Amino acid sequence: MNPVWTLAWTFGVMSLFAVGGGNAALPEMHRVAVDVQHWLTDKQFADAFAISQLSPGPNVLIVTLIGYSVAGITGALVATLAMCLPTALMAYGVSRILTKSSHSRWPAIIQSALVPLSIGLMGASGFILARASDHTWVAAVFTIGAAALAAGTKLNPFWILLAGGCLGFAGLIG
Amino acid sequence: MPPDSPPAAVPAPHPLISSPPTLAALFVAFAKMSLAGFGGVLVWARRGIVDQHKWMTAEEFNETFALCHFLPGPNIVNFTMVFGSRFRGIAGGIAAFSGLLGPPLVIMTILGILYQHFGEIEMLRRILAGVSCAAVGLLIAVVFRMMKPLINKRDVIGLMILAAVFIAIGVLRLPLASVLLVAIPVSIAITYIVRQRKSA
Repeated sequence: MNPVWTLAWTFGVMSLFAVGGGNAALPEMHRVAVDVQHWLTDKQFADAFAISQLSPGPNVLIVTLIGYSVAGITGALVATLAMCLPTALMAYGVSRILTKSSHSRWPAIIQSALVPLSIGLMGASGFILARASDHTWVAAVFTIGAAALAAGTKLNPFWILLAGGCLGFAGLIG
Repeated sequence: MPPDSPPAAVPAPHPLISSPPTLAALFVAFAKMSLAGFGGVLVWARRGIVDQHKWMTAEEFNETFALCHFLPGPNIVNFTMVFGSRFRGIAGGIAAFSGLLGPPLVIMTILGILYQHFGEIEMLRRILAGVSCAAVGLLIAVVFRMMKPLINKRDVIGLMILAAVFIAIGVLRLPLASVLLVAIPVSIAITYIVRQRKSA
């Protein structure tokens, strides 16, 4: 099959299961891109994640990088649209239906039922990416420190990423 | 019902909105939020829509975003379509959608090209390795923040479902679709039963 179609199909279907947003789909992206399709190595996936966090815009744009590495600029465009457009149109449809219908309690029940699922998915993302990024104990300690700093303070995440870049440049990580 | 629970959702009136934004205004506004939105666009979207342009009240923003959060897909992307179409129909939705995704898509493609050419340079590899360790830390911090309400409520069932999904996806590496096809109905059924018991 043409790789562009594979990209469109893969990310189009994946987006429908991305409960809790883009980061919740990271384990599935990793599974498909690294383990199943062999589009990227583990290291390249970790790099793509770092680049997508470093640049502006929604974090889901890691799919742009995956698409680019598979099929160039067409791949970048197709992967991004496949990941973003179907669910956006679905949201448009559902919001139109909900504004017309009376208030039921089902949306609230579904919403709170999905909360633990999306946290579990994001936790799995963190675990998989930590295994791909943290090859030394110094790297693992730095990741834990970054997590503690980000969870405990209101420090702008940019400074934490910058600190990571500096430590990496100094050869202390990896 | 406890006295501090919010009143039934009544759509707020629109005293703040003078005139609906044009398609160009929607595109530009979302492009700006997206390019400012480093490490997540939500904060900037709230600032731009509620504080700066006064296109929505804070309550309307929360209600609209909650809907986009519970639907699958990237939340902020879903939000652009719902938000834009409220003012200018589907064309407005597409204008906001393209504003949010267009400019960062160009930047990301350029970074992809650069990575392909220079990604093997030793210095760049080291820097990216460091950044990615930090980025993983940030992701873990978000997970902890989201878990806090469950821990505070001593929501044991929720935490067990969370752990099961974590193990199935993170450790066993099972496909997302099959895990969710089991986990979603189970979680909804449990939530429903717990609520029935509480109200009974």
